[in-house]
Amino acid sequence: MASATFKYLRPNRLPHIWCPGCGDGIIVGALVRAIDKLGWSKDETVVVTGIGCSARSNAIIDFNTFQTTHGRALGFATGLKLARPELKVVVVTGDGDGAGIGGNHLIHTARRNVDLTTILVNNSIYGMTGGQYSPLTPTGSFATTAPYGMVEPAFDVCRLVEGAGASFVARGTVYHVRQLEELIGAALTHKGFSFVEVVAQCPTGFGRRNRMKSPAEMMKWQRDHAVTVEAAEKLPPEKLAGKFLTGVLHHEDRPEYTEMYRQVIAQAGQEGGRE
Amino acid sequence: MSDNGRVRLMQGNEACAEAALAAGCRFFAGYPITPATEIAEILAARLPQVGGTFIQMEDELGSMAAVIGASIGGKKALTATSGPGFTLKQENIGYAAMTQIPCVIVDVQRGGPSTGLPTLPAQGDVMQARWGTHGDHPIIVLAPSTVRETYDLTVTAFNFAEKFRTPVILLSDAVVGHLREKVVLPDPSEIALVERKAPTVPPGEYTPFRPDADGIPPFVPVGRGYRYHMTSNVYDEGGFPATNNHAVARQLMERLHQKIDQHLDEIVLTDEIATQDAEVLVFAYGASARSGKAAVKLARGQGIKAGLLKAKTLWPFPAAQVKRLGERVKAIIVPEMNTGQLVGEVERAVRRLPVEVLPLNRYDGLMISPEQILAKIKEVM
Repeated sequence: MASATFKYLRPNRLPHIWCPGCGDGIIVGALVRAIDKLGWSKDETVVVTGIGCSARSNAIIDFNTFQTTHGRALGFATGLKLARPELKVVVVTGDGDGAGIGGNHLIHTARRNVDLTTILVNNSIYGMTGGQYSPLTPTGSFATTAPYGMVEPAFDVCRLVEGAGASFVARGTVYHVRQLEELIGAALTHKGFSFVEVVAQCPTGFGRRNRMKSPAEMMKWQRDHAVTVEAAEKLPPEKLAGKFLTGVLHHEDRPEYTEMYRQVIAQAGQEGGRE
Repeated sequence: MSDNGRVRLMQGNEACAEAALAAGCRFFAGYPITPATEIAEILAARLPQVGGTFIQMEDELGSMAAVIGASIGGKKALTATSGPGFTLKQENIGYAAMTQIPCVIVDVQRGGPSTGLPTLPAQGDVMQARWGTHGDHPIIVLAPSTVRETYDLTVTAFNFAEKFRTPVILLSDAVVGHLREKVVLPDPSEIALVERKAPTVPPGEYTPFRPDADGIPPFVPVGRGYRYHMTSNVYDEGGFPATNNHAVARQLMERLHQKIDQHLDEIVLTDEIATQDAEVLVFAYGASARSGKAAVKLARGQGIKAGLLKAKTLWPFPAAQVKRLGERVKAIIVPEMNTGQLVGEVERAVRRLPVEVLPLNRYDGLMISPEQILAKIKEVM
């Protein structure tokens, strides 16, 4: 599979800038393999990111790539998709970028059901800024701005976007990379707003402060705490305590925004006429 | 369109919306705010009639982001707001300035600071329009004083945005935006439209941020075979971040400024009334230029040699024009509906000349009257 990955990378942009043991590279691999399987061309595919570690994934992949402002990737992507509905638009964001500063854009993009795929890399921390707590930092864990432990509760970001109206919601982990690739593939083919939370490790910003010294240790934590939706159905509640669900968490078909707007254009043309 | 259809009684905001359509605008994203909302309301109805797209976003930050996204997609794109909303847009206006994305931002000014005088006019955003976003950056700001001028300068704003690959701000105000005037709209065939410059090289040879001799890099919308990366970090001519390269950082900053500075003759627009033999000059813009024009007429009626220099381009500042007239007059009166924002630029332009510069300010939500300006003219004569 390595060849499929490298087909989509910009060799002169390597090596990447991530810390050793970061989960972002695995996610980029899963994303480009999923796109390769779908046969999307590099020219029709656009990857929009905001600011943060995950946002730096797009300089190394050979699509149309835009690094935008902190938290606003979904706003840019919405404008682009509305302007050019034929393009395949993917947003890669982090927990701080997507659920913190960009939280308002996240819920409203989900509500509109714009045909975008958002991959939210949840490493529980602001990595690039050096380890401050994010809205997805688990209560009690440590961050540079939570030296006594995180006081706030974290979002369940999948339930948040589902509640906001996302028509496809999934969660995967960096450890379960084959499942992740399938989930991203399903999200990309979904018509409407699709959302994939990827549980990832940040050994530098999070692990060091939270008694998980090595990346491998952090990925083992993912292995031991993830339960697929299918497996969870057969487990009693006590076996699910402290675990999180992976797989497709929500899926419905409902009208997509740009198609709805196409009807507005048709209707306005009939009623208003063109001067 | 018949001649009759071109004679209209319309608001400044309505003229702005209609001009945007005539200029080829096919995308609007915005968030409601008085006194700019009519622009959104009109375009919500009109854009889909011409195959364009309107969206009311969740906030001003998302609106500005969507406008930039649509422009990257190849559409001429617009947003409209007022002071507090303009502040929220600044982050992404900076992005557009840095990444050289054409787009038009209308700020129909109202009284501030903060929510200030929400429905009353002011000219308090002149410096925000220039320096609202962080860092050094070039910007083009146009300010209309009549409904017809709102129409013309909106078209100009789109043309400048496309030609110079930059955000352009139309700085209107609550007086001009809400005023209704009889206007004769130009025939669509008379409106010259500028489209962004496409590259002449095949995709493999395209360098997205290498400027031509005119200082402006060609620009291809995404999805047309020219793949590129874009970031608002300091970037090289290929578009990739080069944040530890001081030479690249300096060159980029210089290129961004030069593409505007190189074209001042084209960008800086002013009107002059009775300046030929003027002994006292009124320098004004926007709503205040209306009173300035009336004051000059009143003064001339009383045998006083007054003239008006009206700035239609506020940034880059018309320093050469001010200096040229400053050499011939005794005094320059600068009426502004703020505590004195552009007067400092006037002073700077004439700093080595023996000419008095007199601010005339009002910031209570009322216009400066022609009589107030006339009284000031008489003081210096």
